[in-house]
Amino acid sequence: MSMAAEQRDVRDDALHGLQLAARLESIWRTPPGLTGALMSVDHKVIGRRYIVTAFTFLVLGGLLAILMRIQLSGAENRLLSPDLYNQVFTMHGSTMMFLFAVPVMEAFAVYLVPLMVGTRNIAFPRLNAFSYWMFLFGGCFLWISFLFNVGPDVGWFAYTPLSSLQFNPSKRADVWAQMITFTEVAALAVAVEIIVTVFKQRAPGMTLDRIPLFVWSMLVTAFLVMFAMPSIMVASTTLILDRLVSTRFYDPSSGGNVLLWQHLFWFFGHPEVYIIFIPATGMVSMILATFARRPVIGYPVIVLSLIATGFLSFGLWVHHMFVTGLPHLAAGLFTASSMLIAVPSGLQIFCWIATLWDGRPVYRTPLLFVLGFIVIFVIGGLSGVMVASVPIDTQVHDTYFVVAHFHYVLIGGAVFPLVGAVYYWFPKICGRMLSERLGRWNFWLAFFGFNIAFFPMHILGLMGMPRRVYTYTLEMGWERLNLLSSVGAVMFALSFAVLLANAIYSLRKGTPANDNPWDASTLEWATASPPPPQNFDRIPIVTHREPLWADGDTLPVVAGLSAERREVLLTSLAEAEPQIREASPEPSIWPLLTAIATTIFFIGSIFTPWAVLWGTPPMAITLIGWFWPTGSKEDEE
Amino acid sequence: MKQTIVRRVGELPTFGFGPQSGPWWGAMSFMALEGMGFAIAIGAYLYLYAVNPTWPIGASPPDLWPGTAETIIFLLSIIPNQYANRAAHQQDRHKVRVWLVVMSLIGIVLLILRGFEFAHLNTRWDNSAYGSVVWLILGLHTTHLATDLGDTIVLAVLMFTSHARPRRFSDVTDNVFYWNFVVIAWLPLYVLLDWVPRL
Ligand code: HEM
Ligand SMILES: [Cu+2]
Repeated sequence: MSMAAEQRDVRDDALHGLQLAARLESIWRTPPGLTGALMSVDHKVIGRRYIVTAFTFLVLGGLLAILMRIQLSGAENRLLSPDLYNQVFTMHGSTMMFLFAVPVMEAFAVYLVPLMVGTRNIAFPRLNAFSYWMFLFGGCFLWISFLFNVGPDVGWFAYTPLSSLQFNPSKRADVWAQMITFTEVAALAVAVEIIVTVFKQRAPGMTLDRIPLFVWSMLVTAFLVMFAMPSIMVASTTLILDRLVSTRFYDPSSGGNVLLWQHLFWFFGHPEVYIIFIPATGMVSMILATFARRPVIGYPVIVLSLIATGFLSFGLWVHHMFVTGLPHLAAGLFTASSMLIAVPSGLQIFCWIATLWDGRPVYRTPLLFVLGFIVIFVIGGLSGVMVASVPIDTQVHDTYFVVAHFHYVLIGGAVFPLVGAVYYWFPKICGRMLSERLGRWNFWLAFFGFNIAFFPMHILGLMGMPRRVYTYTLEMGWERLNLLSSVGAVMFALSFAVLLANAIYSLRKGTPANDNPWDASTLEWATASPPPPQNFDRIPIVTHREPLWADGDTLPVVAGLSAERREVLLTSLAEAEPQIREASPEPSIWPLLTAIATTIFFIGSIFTPWAVLWGTPPMAITLIGWFWPTGSKEDEE
Repeated sequence: MKQTIVRRVGELPTFGFGPQSGPWWGAMSFMALEGMGFAIAIGAYLYLYAVNPTWPIGASPPDLWPGTAETIIFLLSIIPNQYANRAAHQQDRHKVRVWLVVMSLIGIVLLILRGFEFAHLNTRWDNSAYGSVVWLILGLHTTHLATDLGDTIVLAVLMFTSHARPRRFSDVTDNVFYWNFVVIAWLPLYVLLDWVPRL
């Protein structure tokens, strides 16, 4: 670039105040209209879509749960046929795990991480757009199949040989396997974006020990995704190959082995629980600091616990297979490591309680949900330590005890913090506060509803009620507890109706939120609510772990970035020293087109292996379109 | 919130090489997760190997020559690949063109050899679990080979257009990096596919 051009290039230090804001906004905004919306690469736009879509799947999965609870509320109900019940619990489990719990955490990260680290967009914004479309198409594919009576019916872990062609000759298991491929592609893409955003786009001065805890938790989660998801990709691919082109991976008569499936599945499936849980702990730490009015005690302990949990979670998968007849020594080792993982979680809980103890807690709705989380999670953890031991697991394996346990962990450990997070960040995302009064109704309904729904299941399990049965006879004596559980489930579902009503009401009538309505300490609160397209007019400089509490009311900032094209500041990995002013991609329709081409490829290949041949060129073409420089400023530096 | 400018970054470059740049870390992350994919596939192979009394199942081991020829070419290809790397760092457009064309040709030769390797596996994917896992692993690596070849060709073409601007040289170095990954990933697979069945 010539010197003359260099001088014409307007930088943000030549402009001030509203002039600068307006200029940056025109550079960074999503183009208007429908095509503009389809082209958006703004992490906030995509994050919002991701969050809303994931919550929609929560509602769908929840409706199925209510169907199951109605069916089980009395002996020998005939609402759902056995075949439909199989589809319903499989759809419920798969929707909750693959379309709600994992995506919703990534969705919050897509929205929040760039703001928290003080940058203007996520790394690889087009990949981010692509990821969202893949997630959406995969979810729709699963649900449309279900409406056409080809919903999977093999349980959320689709064990072979039940899911093999021989026992499942329809397309149902193929739908399951391909839905997995869709959602894993989406999850892996977000993981890469998060890692690079956290490694390279932190505001200057945000050294490793100043990274907000939610960002740390998402970084650890991204690594878990990166190392766990390839396993399920291999699993779903081999399953579908067995079913479509007669490979023999799971066919014992030709050297195949059905336990291979269980290893591949649980090597992913156990970390999966932590992929859901670790981000939730990050949310808890953020909310606690704000409402206890002090920094979280034991920051290094929490970071190390997160990392330790991440590592340990890979040593545990075999505990899902205790009843398959493992060598004794192996069973012993896996029991020990399953117990060991309670240690870092326990440490985190101590840090949180100490923070509350030492702080001046303000009991607003987000904090209530965090307290609810701590109570429920401790109960879930106890029953977890119980099922981690081989003798107990053998006893309660595949009973409602296990159903109770994992709902305590998943809902207590993830959904409660998540709803707290909705109350906490709603003002940032939407610019208005949620109603505190409805919030309290929401919390108490959820807390009692949840416990009434799921605590009795422990007892039912001990009484011998197996999971995945569509009904039971009166003589079993399970009717009362089941009815109680169903009543609780309806209460719990109502709590989400309250949340939805609160959101709709507050979007229109809520108190407008200023930049930092909770007087919180992290950078997402240093910009407007909702943030402008460029996030920050000038990139902040971080000098403290709680920047907004330390800096009083002036924020130190950087100047010198372009005011003519999209530019982000790259900084060094450990010290966050500025290194490069890197161009950030413009909006583009190609990620959507690539996602459509990939969808045709994935769905086509269920029906004919030739789809691999004719499906590839469109994917290649759209990818080239995606990466080919357009001659705009960002590309021609 | 009031702001005070305490630092100016206007003099910083607009692109960089290696760990300074974002795409390098992107490539690194993708290699990590794809490497994990290979590791899992290898794990599946060894698991099936361990639970089956005979191995290979109902077939003779693959013929050695295609895999061996590929291994030699893969290893030698690191040399022109490094030349491409150096030319990109020097931002020498002419040399980058030459080496990218060379690398594309090498990729095409390898892809053809790969066709022969499939033909000389001496088993079909639907013969036995052995055949399935062998085809899976070779297919997985071939996908990587083909994608990287595609990327190399696109970059080579780019270098002959008006888009050959400095920041594209950084893309070339990332492509070099990724090719090295494709080569390194191949070595354990070669041992696994061609030699383990001969144990
Ligand atoms: C309204 C709230 C919920 C209710 C009433 C509910 C109820 C149930 C019931 C009764 C089952 C057992 C079905 C059977 O074994 O026959 C079940 C299974 C399951 N639930 Fe939930 N659930 C709820 C929310 C969730 C959430 C939020 C998640 C995940 C984040 C989840 C994940 C699962 C999974 C993975 C299964 C196992 C499915 C299978 O056996 O394949 N559930 N749920
Ligand atoms: Cu587990």
